[in-house]
Amino acid sequence: MWLLVCQVVGEVAVRLTDAPVPGPIVGMVLLFALLQWRDPDEGAGVLRASDAMLRHLQLFFVPAGVGIVTYLAVLRADALPIVGAMAVSWLAGLLVVGWLVTLMTRRT
Amino acid sequence: MSEALEWLRTSPLALVALTLVGYRLGCEARDRTGGHALAQPVLVAIVFIGLVLWAADIDYAAYREGTEIVAFWLGPATVALAVPLHRQVRRLRGVLLPMLVAIPVGAAASIVTAYALVKALGGDEVLAVTMAPKAATTPVSIALSEVAGGIPSLTAVFAISIGVLGAVVGPAVLDLARVRDRRARGLALGATSHGIGTSRALAEDETEGAFSGLSMGLTALATSMLLPVLLLLLQ
Repeated sequence: MWLLVCQVVGEVAVRLTDAPVPGPIVGMVLLFALLQWRDPDEGAGVLRASDAMLRHLQLFFVPAGVGIVTYLAVLRADALPIVGAMAVSWLAGLLVVGWLVTLMTRRT
Repeated sequence: MSEALEWLRTSPLALVALTLVGYRLGCEARDRTGGHALAQPVLVAIVFIGLVLWAADIDYAAYREGTEIVAFWLGPATVALAVPLHRQVRRLRGVLLPMLVAIPVGAAASIVTAYALVKALGGDEVLAVTMAPKAATTPVSIALSEVAGGIPSLTAVFAISIGVLGAVVGPAVLDLARVRDRRARGLALGATSHGIGTSRALAEDETEGAFSGLSMGLTALATSMLLPVLLLLLQ
């Protein structure tokens, strides 16, 4: 229940303020603040429900992911720029964040 | 007979069942192979369901509508990412500043390289704009793509693909790059492969998963703010 309440509050907050973040992300921040404040014990419903859902996180991406079938023709036509840009740009982002954090934590 | 078939092809019940069967197959594949990187449930499910839709001649729009109930849970599951973060909060100290520097820099690197590479490899302007917000989590990247003049549903495809890419090869690439700190690994995965990368990170280690979820949220925020500015500079 707390998961849905936090998401609802998040969605409303985003719509009220016209913020460029999605409601669930705001909801995540809210739930984090709530958990820090109340610090429920490990048997609490919200913790058990969250663990159960996160175990199956990939399932919820399936419907959107199947959308790739509608773009197979586009993907074939522009395969080089799409695959090349996607892979290299992904690698660049990964290395920048991984290395920067490693470097900066080592120094402090 | 044909009536029953028609019902099967459009009923949410059948389409949701198909989705669960695909996901279940993916889980089986993962367990049977002892957690092989390629056997990500989401990847197996997409290939399986894609083939069934094609064989049964089911329209993607009909499938999407029928499985709305599955996609619905993505929101609450994103909220649930607060839980691993809550359990790991003590480990936040010491990475706060590095994180706040690395994530905007990483988001900018993702946007600029995506845009420039599409152009360099012969793609057009619309494709470049469609690719630019791909590192943000799926719902954010869709919204950003729309505002910037890209093709939102194609951006969603890129975002999902990059998530799967991160889940499949992310940990191995981080090993090669000698990024060993669980927090740094999580932040890097979440910054480039959002929710799907986070699910792999969670499977590796709870700290890694917690930081990946956090990073996904911050990257969504950073990408939203940087994208309009960077596109203006690039165009």
